[in-house]
Amino acid sequence: MSSNKETFGKTVGFVVAVCLVCAALVSVSAVQLKPLQKANKLLDKQTKILEASGLLDQAGKDIVGTYNKYVEAKLIDLDSGEFIEGDASTFDERREARDPQKSSKPENDIAGINRRADNSVVYLVKNDAGQVESVVLPIVGSGLWDLMHGYVGLEKDLNTVKSVIYSDHKETPGLGAEVLNPNWKALWPGKKLFDEQGDVAIKIVKGGAKQGDIHGVDALSGATLTSVGVEKTFVFWFGDEGYGPFIENYRNGGLN
Amino acid sequence: MSDANSSKKVLTSPIVDNNPIALQVLGICSALAVTSSMVNALVMTAAVIFVTAFSNLFISIIRNHIPSSVRIIVQMAIIASLVIVVDQVLKAFSYALSKELAVFVGLIITNCIVMGRAEAFAMKEKPVVSFLDGIGNGLGYGLILILVATVRELLGFGTLLGYEILPLIQNGGWYQANGLLVLPFSSFFIIGLIIWAIRQFKPEQVEKD
Repeated sequence: MSSNKETFGKTVGFVVAVCLVCAALVSVSAVQLKPLQKANKLLDKQTKILEASGLLDQAGKDIVGTYNKYVEAKLIDLDSGEFIEGDASTFDERREARDPQKSSKPENDIAGINRRADNSVVYLVKNDAGQVESVVLPIVGSGLWDLMHGYVGLEKDLNTVKSVIYSDHKETPGLGAEVLNPNWKALWPGKKLFDEQGDVAIKIVKGGAKQGDIHGVDALSGATLTSVGVEKTFVFWFGDEGYGPFIENYRNGGLN
Repeated sequence: MSDANSSKKVLTSPIVDNNPIALQVLGICSALAVTSSMVNALVMTAAVIFVTAFSNLFISIIRNHIPSSVRIIVQMAIIASLVIVVDQVLKAFSYALSKELAVFVGLIITNCIVMGRAEAFAMKEKPVVSFLDGIGNGLGYGLILILVATVRELLGFGTLLGYEILPLIQNGGWYQANGLLVLPFSSFFIIGLIIWAIRQFKPEQVEKD
């Protein structure tokens, strides 16, 4: 329009002004919305844990209340399988797994997670009498595209599966993303993690598991790599480098 | 009166006559990515309408002061700030949706429609008209998104907005879902068909050789 607006000082001043206004806008919205975002994130996590423990229907709308009443989060040391002191509510598995001080490379990284945090949180789910009824364990492993994060709910014998709930994944919609399909999730309850020798026996079976197979779960059709990823995630997390030592210590109701 | 007429035209012409995707062929990338389900398409539409409308408005307000040597950067700064705000709001109010849309909300910044309208329209016109032009272009973009998402979700999953319309075989129904439509590139076919259909009715849109 006009030629006089193109002086150097004016240009710099204008850009600085625009940047300041934009920065103010972004910071205000980020700071103002932070508490809501945090609450949302926590709610999402608690919902998944309640779903894995089978309490979600009972909880109805009152996710936070039900969670606080029945679920106790505790830190464990994965190598020894013992409970340790610490605040489980601020534990962030993804952050710890990146910290070289607090994580290590698994010797046999079949789940493709690259680094595993030294500690983990276990969620003890109690009944009204305060007895541990079930345990929810977080798992993570590679699917086809990226890491898949989820929760496994176990009965108090630490062998019988209650549920498998994936909370965060990037699998193909309609194929690998069917890990969230209620029909597939319904295949899990009652399956046994370990065989009589105490080895992880969970298998994802292509073409469908045989009727009455207590270790086999149908593979997802069209999602071979996701299915393989799920199986390897289980073999890793319930083996010696995962929750194996913890389960060894506390199986058969030893948690009460 | 003519003023009211022309603002109405600014608002409605991008919907069919001058559709950003179908005629200007802008913003195709996100149209491929977020149309696998209707909910995603609707949220994306709302986000894009918000960003185009307000970026047009703000850019138009300061259009006479923007030094032309840095105008693209100034436009980008405004657009990027708006997109971050949208992303933050989405995270605060619908965590599940923001997880699903993830990176595509951020990619509104690179959506050519937003930059295109800022540069081609808002730099020359008055604020109110620019604001309407932003809404109109957002709507035009959204219309195509919704059409594509309807086809993809209905034939790819047998559902619309998550409700079952065609019962799937694996749930005991009769419909075999079309896996092709679940994958992003299937949108190319659908957008191609939509462009063809629009140009059948409006032959003036066909480019001359």
